[in-house]
Amino acid sequence: MSDKKVFVTVGTTQFDELIHHVSSSQTVEVLKKLGYTELMLQIGNGTEPDIPDVKNFDIEYYQFKNSLEEDIQTASLVISHAGSGSIMDVLGAKKPLLVVINEKLMDNHQYEVAEKFADVGYLYYCTTSKLVETLESVNFTDLKPYVPGDPYKFASVLDNIMGFSLPKS
Amino acid sequence: MYLVYRRYRQCPERSKLNEVRTEPASIVAVVGSGGHTREMLRLMSALSGNYSPRHYVVAYTDSISENKVHSLEDNLRKKKNLKNEYLIHKIPRCREVNQSWFTSFVCTVYSVLYCIPLMFICRPEIVLCNGPGTCIPVCLIGWLLKFIGFVKTRIIYVESICRVERLSMTGKLLYNFADNIIVQWPELQVKYPKCEYYGRLV
Repeated sequence: MSDKKVFVTVGTTQFDELIHHVSSSQTVEVLKKLGYTELMLQIGNGTEPDIPDVKNFDIEYYQFKNSLEEDIQTASLVISHAGSGSIMDVLGAKKPLLVVINEKLMDNHQYEVAEKFADVGYLYYCTTSKLVETLESVNFTDLKPYVPGDPYKFASVLDNIMGFSLPKS
Repeated sequence: MYLVYRRYRQCPERSKLNEVRTEPASIVAVVGSGGHTREMLRLMSALSGNYSPRHYVVAYTDSISENKVHSLEDNLRKKKNLKNEYLIHKIPRCREVNQSWFTSFVCTVYSVLYCIPLMFICRPEIVLCNGPGTCIPVCLIGWLLKFIGFVKTRIIYVESICRVERLSMTGKLLYNFADNIIVQWPELQVKYPKCEYYGRLV
């Protein structure tokens, strides 16, 4: 059987609740039951998790890497914090994505973009306490392929503003 | 009186409105961190060759973003054959996530003072930013440069994709200062009519 990796990322800050929840033996058992064989955690500035000893299931973690691209590319499922950078990177790589909302973050706007993309069917999202429940209930193959935003629209607007191209009339 | 004169003198934006501009425009792109970095670099990657030199302003503590700027510019040079006139400038960061408002304020004052000589050297025609607070000092000095007539700096703020319902604090602060506020969700334009919406950009 080929390896099925779950990659968890908290981006450039920390999100200990997610890391500790996802690496708990309860969650790991569920992941194993769903057919995953490996868990890779990017923990950022957070505290190091206690890794449970589960048979035939690899768990590893690290703080930061210059690029998470490889870990995203090789993952079968990505569980991410709600930071837009991580969300966009994972969607851009066309990987199944579950976003976990950090309700403690100031201003709590974090969930908005996840909610918006979830409406379109690009991803699923939940809070930390619903992680296990969500993993068990959703079907990641139902997600729609992501259509990225278009920075070239911005480039042509800027060219217009600065006079590099004439506005269309 | 001199300031008022300079202010009025710079009003006609382009004298020959029907002519396409050919000389390049200098741009300062304020690279935030994390998701903001990604968005800014997506925007910068799409720009035509009309923008030179490209100044990237990065927070001191953010070496990840710095590396990403280098790899973006390397890519641009290879793929688009853009002339590689870019510079990276480091400034103190305004506020980290979870920092208190008081220390944020002190850091911001320091950052503003730090940005003055930087902006005089860059003389940007465009200040492009998409948050977070790091961009406020740069925008403030950019706005002052325009006010005193030193250079016609246009402040363009692209609100982060993660803002759907409300503008960010930075967006609100810049709402009345920026020349263009571009949002990426139509809901925001309904709420804040000065905003421009061209679809999702990143």
